[in-house]
Amino acid sequence: MNSNFKELRLAAVSRHFDNPSGQRIAALHELTLTIGRGEFICLLGPSGCGKTTALNCIAGLLPVTGGTISLDERRIDLLPPEKRGFGMVFQNYALFPHMTVRKNVAFGLMMRHTPADEMKARVARAFKLVQLTGHEEKLPGQLSGGQQQRVAIARAIVIEPPLLLMDEPLSNLDAKLRLEMRAEIRRIHKELGRTTIYVTHDQDEALSLADRIVVMKDGLVQQVAGPEEVYAQPSNIHVARFMGYRNVITLKAGARNAGRVTLEGQGLGIEGTAKQDLSGPQATAAIRPEDISIGAGPNPIDGKVENVEYGGHESLIDVRVGDSVLLHVRTGTRVQTGDEVTLTISPERVLVYPAESAA
Amino acid sequence: MSALAARLKPDPALLLVAPAVIFLLLFFIYPFGYGFWLSFTPVEGDWLANYRKFFSDEHLWRTVIITFQLSLPVTILNVGLALPIAFQLRRKTRYQRWVTTLLVIPITLGTVLIAEGMLTYFGPRGWLSQFLQLLHIYDGPIRLTHNFAGVVISLAISGFPFCFLLMLSYVTGIDPTLARAAATLGAGPFEQFRQIYLPLLLPGLAMTFCLAFVQAFSVFPSAVLVGAPSGPTRVISLAAYEAAFEQYDYSMASAVAMIMGFAQLIVVVIVLALRRSLYRGPVGGGKG
Repeated sequence: MNSNFKELRLAAVSRHFDNPSGQRIAALHELTLTIGRGEFICLLGPSGCGKTTALNCIAGLLPVTGGTISLDERRIDLLPPEKRGFGMVFQNYALFPHMTVRKNVAFGLMMRHTPADEMKARVARAFKLVQLTGHEEKLPGQLSGGQQQRVAIARAIVIEPPLLLMDEPLSNLDAKLRLEMRAEIRRIHKELGRTTIYVTHDQDEALSLADRIVVMKDGLVQQVAGPEEVYAQPSNIHVARFMGYRNVITLKAGARNAGRVTLEGQGLGIEGTAKQDLSGPQATAAIRPEDISIGAGPNPIDGKVENVEYGGHESLIDVRVGDSVLLHVRTGTRVQTGDEVTLTISPERVLVYPAESAA
Repeated sequence: MSALAARLKPDPALLLVAPAVIFLLLFFIYPFGYGFWLSFTPVEGDWLANYRKFFSDEHLWRTVIITFQLSLPVTILNVGLALPIAFQLRRKTRYQRWVTTLLVIPITLGTVLIAEGMLTYFGPRGWLSQFLQLLHIYDGPIRLTHNFAGVVISLAISGFPFCFLLMLSYVTGIDPTLARAAATLGAGPFEQFRQIYLPLLLPGLAMTFCLAFVQAFSVFPSAVLVGAPSGPTRVISLAAYEAAFEQYDYSMASAVAMIMGFAQLIVVVIVLALRRSLYRGPVGGGKG
């Protein structure tokens, strides 16, 4: 397989299956995406959103039921996985338990009948890259989780695949190791420049690794954008929720003026920024806890502190405002339960979307 | 001193294994030891007389060879068939349950019922014979009962489901992601089987072989009912039976039983020794 390809094109890639009662369900619905060489793409979404399905379709482990996948001008969606030659790192690593770590890493080269001395050199290079030199003769069961993960990465990259696919590779590791391995994956991507598609449900992971993030929900793509844009400007309320906009309030949509909209109801009046076309009588505002602060400023809201969750540098507090709305606020200001406070939010950081139907 | 006393004091938890130990002593160790002792106290002659008699009388020592000739090929056949069929059924499909049920039914029948069925089906005037003659496919007499072939068929029918069930549980215990990982690394279906499934299945295959062999080696009812017990299928268990219940020579019967056990042990030890050289760890692909 040509590793000097220009782009991987997914055109309306779909995957349907029949559920036991005979209905046709779309696990993945018309995913269209063009990935340039060297890009790091994250498929991000909650479990069941179709991200792993998408990855398995690209790898060839699941047949597509619609659409095409092509590498430059060549259609590949009908090829079996062993003919595509994409490297894949599995969530549970899928190391071959009966082979030494060296044989695991050499497996792909063995299948390609690579000459012995070239194989030796490439395997040694892969071990050096993932910093596991010296562990070659161990069995996978004798390694720690993080080491196993690095073997899985070495095994996938040693074949120099045009495309590297990773399926939640860090979800089985503890928090500290996860951060280390994340940095490791970024370093390896920088060093090799391999086109990578990375599946995760962890937005921090996606934000820190990806060149572009594909946010998915219920088999549908919600937004495709760079990390900063996905973080600051979620395209719809689902993406906003997933990106940590924990305060979601549906109110009456009032006066509109050049993208600004005023929401009223429940004893509140908040000015926000419309992110989508608002036509209905109601609208939903999404606000991050970090974007609300205590003190004077625009959008003043009076409330009473109901709960304080101490978090060191910053605390997460719940403030009851208006008639009975509870706002989550992250603040460095020290307050106590029962305190009366005035909150302020910049109208740019109040993102307004069409009202969610019965959400 | 007190430390030593404490160490010698039995742990009360050990009492929990007492029922199992008693059971083993009463129903296995004691009868085995008694039979062993009995085999060395012949009715006449010195302590080795039974064994000397067994290995000098062709009518007797040939039974060992006949039993091996029956049980080894049948076991290889059963295990060899069970492996590919279980492998093909490793994925949960709608018809997996049906095929499994169908293949397992013979286990519930018992050898006598199987022999009964074989006589009406495979016998000289059985359905198979009548059917073939009706269609003029084969007009000669069909001899699949009361001979060596009859016992082979019977052992295959009763032994296969056992091998199949064991192999199915070994096959489905292997994480399918391993084969998928091998596929992404360039291994086609054959290489996936050869490099991943087969090495991980071999220990289970050895175990299945041992159990199936021991079962086939102790063949008795089908050797009498659908075999030719006076000649070609005169198996070793038959020799023991004759000694015990026709000649009432319990000592000789015990000696035959000891020889039978020893022959089984040799095969099992060889297979398990080969198994030791294989990878026998977990068959998962990592954490999770």
